[in-house]
Amino acid sequence: MANENGKDLQSLEEVTVRFAGDSGDGMQLTGTQFSNTTALVGNDLSTLPDYPAEIRAPAGTLYGVSGFQLHFSSNDIHTPGDNPDVLVAMNPAALKINLKDVKPHGTIIVNKDAFEPKALAQAGFAVNPLEDDTLSGFKVHQVPITSLTQNSLEDSGLTTKEITRSKNFFALGLMYWLYNRPIEPTLKWINEKFGKLPAIADANTKVLKAGYYFGDQTEIFSTRYAVKKAELPEGTYKSISGNEATAIGLVAAAKIANVPLFLGSYPITPASDILHYLSGYKNYNVTTLQAEDEIAGIASAIGASFGGSLAITTTSGPGVALKTEAIGLAVMTELPLVIVNVQRGGPSTGLPTKTEQADLLQAIYGRNGEAPIAVIAASTPTDCFDMAIEACRIAVKYMTPVMLLTDGYIANGAEPWRIPKIEELPKFEVKYRTDTANFQPYGRDENNARPWVRPGTPGLEHRIGGLEKANLTGNVNYEPDNHDMMCRLREEKVLNIANDIPSLDVVGDVDADLLVLGWGGTYGTITESVNKLRKKGYKVAQAHLKYLYPMPKNTEEVLKKYKKVLIPEINLGQLAKILKSEFLVPVESFNKMRGLPLRSDELQECIIEMLGGDNGK
Amino acid sequence: MENNIDVEEVKYKAKDFASDQDVRWCPGCGDYSVLAQVQRVFPEIGVKKEDIAWISGIGCSSRFPYYMSTYGFHSIHGRALAIATGLKTARPDLSVWVATGDGDNMSIGGNHFIHTCRKNVDLNVLMFNNQIYGLTKGQYSPTSEEGKVTKSSPYGSVDHPFNPPSLALGAEATFVARAIDTNAKHLQEVLKKAMQHKGTSFVEIYQNCNIFNDGAFDELKDKETKLDHLLTLEDGQPMIFGKNSDKGIKFDCDGISVIDLNDKNNSIEDVMIHRETDINPMRAFILANMTYDHSMPTPVGVFRRVQKSTYDESVKVQLEKVTAKKGVGTLQNLLYSGNTWEV
Ligand code: SF4
Repeated sequence: MANENGKDLQSLEEVTVRFAGDSGDGMQLTGTQFSNTTALVGNDLSTLPDYPAEIRAPAGTLYGVSGFQLHFSSNDIHTPGDNPDVLVAMNPAALKINLKDVKPHGTIIVNKDAFEPKALAQAGFAVNPLEDDTLSGFKVHQVPITSLTQNSLEDSGLTTKEITRSKNFFALGLMYWLYNRPIEPTLKWINEKFGKLPAIADANTKVLKAGYYFGDQTEIFSTRYAVKKAELPEGTYKSISGNEATAIGLVAAAKIANVPLFLGSYPITPASDILHYLSGYKNYNVTTLQAEDEIAGIASAIGASFGGSLAITTTSGPGVALKTEAIGLAVMTELPLVIVNVQRGGPSTGLPTKTEQADLLQAIYGRNGEAPIAVIAASTPTDCFDMAIEACRIAVKYMTPVMLLTDGYIANGAEPWRIPKIEELPKFEVKYRTDTANFQPYGRDENNARPWVRPGTPGLEHRIGGLEKANLTGNVNYEPDNHDMMCRLREEKVLNIANDIPSLDVVGDVDADLLVLGWGGTYGTITESVNKLRKKGYKVAQAHLKYLYPMPKNTEEVLKKYKKVLIPEINLGQLAKILKSEFLVPVESFNKMRGLPLRSDELQECIIEMLGGDNGK
Repeated sequence: MENNIDVEEVKYKAKDFASDQDVRWCPGCGDYSVLAQVQRVFPEIGVKKEDIAWISGIGCSSRFPYYMSTYGFHSIHGRALAIATGLKTARPDLSVWVATGDGDNMSIGGNHFIHTCRKNVDLNVLMFNNQIYGLTKGQYSPTSEEGKVTKSSPYGSVDHPFNPPSLALGAEATFVARAIDTNAKHLQEVLKKAMQHKGTSFVEIYQNCNIFNDGAFDELKDKETKLDHLLTLEDGQPMIFGKNSDKGIKFDCDGISVIDLNDKNNSIEDVMIHRETDINPMRAFILANMTYDHSMPTPVGVFRRVQKSTYDESVKVQLEKVTAKKGVGTLQNLLYSGNTWEV
């Protein structure tokens, strides 16, 4: 334990912090700033923004509480943490909602000023929890954040409302002090963000510093904490969310293939950020079209694909439902198209801001007719980059729609990303057909892909459409045997992609009895769970499916090697259902649909139970 | 021409635009005439065959692209305009044409229609209006008249119909016109004007479905009756019609009326002048709303033709401007910009 300015400095390996407040309190911003700075100082980290569907729910209500959790460490980490070590609660409602999650003996920092009678009543506290024994067992720090913010801005000339809005910067400053992080990155950000509003920039700067110095001066805190840099592989890093990684991946794919990128999309939570990012990349030859509805989003993308663009549509489950017929059109016309589904809680409008994995069956099977498309899934925020490129590669190589599944958790969650070197990026090319000799619109190459012809190419004028096609000529054809043949051909074309993807890797105790097999955004929780149990002496194998349709060729072989297979999913067992029917293997499921990532402690319990309790070691 | 479309000298004949596919509309269908006029007029529009794309939705009229030797895309019900918008936005160098019908465009595709008009995407939209669902064998459509007895309305339809030009004008369309399938010369002229217009050119074509709604437009086609029922619009000319060109359209504080020019109290000065390029859509709305008023003739020709920036052009210009300002983005910039740190 070191000593600095009369304060102890304690070293920690990892910390989970949760910021919570009203949806208007700026908790997402606070959390994001803390994460970015934490990434910059070299910790590994994982974040979980958790906010209500209402933009500004009535102040002080329980359902209006917005939270941002972040887990940072000097080690390699995979999840945003099950339970926070530290809770920053900006009001009574935030305390009420989040208290049950805080670790025993954890730290709670509250904005004391907000615990006034009206707010307490709104949060359902009969007695002020700061005054009874509700918080016994926790280290509680009561900080008058609102009044300290007001004091520091006394002479600013700002309105009370503007002043109060700055209070999240006080909390942020205080947390920077407490966890020994520099305030400079956020100061820089404030200046960039509020450059045009100097009064606000000034106020936020002052309040951030006030929060930081408050920690130093006050006696409330006797200890500061330090979390050492993580031992990450060498390279250049940045902190990135899944949606941003998806956007960059799509642009990178277009650059690699040297084709224009076109996005047709309609705003939908939690996918809109991809549209936002891509609309800023115009100088990368990226065209974005904000359509009048989900259907026009995909239809315009299909039109652009017909025109020779690498075409994308981005959405979430309800949007996929609306796009379904058009996906079938892309199947029939054999045009390349990438559909990104950032899954959220369903059915119907469901839980727009929460995560889920319940669109897998929809992705693989949810269309009229036999309408095979490739389906792949990203497993972490940074993996979205790789899988976005992979989706584009498959789409243009096989002239097929590809659905890329991500989810609300990895889309909004952020982690440090070792930026790949340009030469490490995959390579693929697009060759538009221009040769008129023996041209057939539905002629096939060695991958069964038909030629991609840009309108404007002389001599290759042809017509395509949603009616059944005769192979080769592409003419409308209603003959029974032709339809049977074409259905099989389209299926075979997509299944053949299995020859062009990596095989399913098993990690951990490859020779264990139990395999934990996941897909998509549960990767972090599964990895953490398996790692922790293995450290304790349990034998567990782990594998993660990134290709859902078709699956890697060795999938069946892997499944059949293990006595028991456990499939954790944030749905009611969709992958399990597919594996059982495809490979006739008994698998067991671990399912939780709470709109949140799976919890590592619960999954560990389940695994231990499957291994026969402590005997499984 | 100011369009982005390449208009080098090309010499085509009508038959150069016919594909090798057998045309499969019912014998006697009005679609044949529309196809013939399009193929006749295309050699004159000066666009190379490979630079033309026909997009359609679903319905009898939507088979159109199969019969043209250009690029073509027969898509799904109602979505032709959305697909065409994507194509034109990605490829402003193409001349993009849409064949659609009253069901495809006014019903299932209604949303795309109003938004295409609003955005003013540079498309030529031919809507074959036969006031019936033909391909599904005879249900009333959103343009069928009230009381229409069809398979799905055995006691008469209780729906109020859409007035397509009025809908287009309400959606801020910059080019709105109407023509009749068998009025060959006039249709050709309207098509040429549609092509020349930069922006969404909406052409409603009255098209006879001789199987399910035969004779719907006979009054406007019959030699005996047509002159008294048809108002052929000409830019800058007074709106006169009638067998002896002796009736005029008057607009004053009492509203709109038909005046008899034989009556000494009326003069040609009283007759409203047609102005296609009037920025105020009032005149065009008046024309559109004559449609279901039986005391009024049915206008054909160009209702409105005004200039406004087009969606596809604006998208292109913005992309070029940003690129000129920021420089062409490279993979290196894409990946390594923002807050990075070294490990
Ligand atoms: S059903 Fe009517 S519109 Fe359709 S092809 Fe036959 S005549 Fe023409």
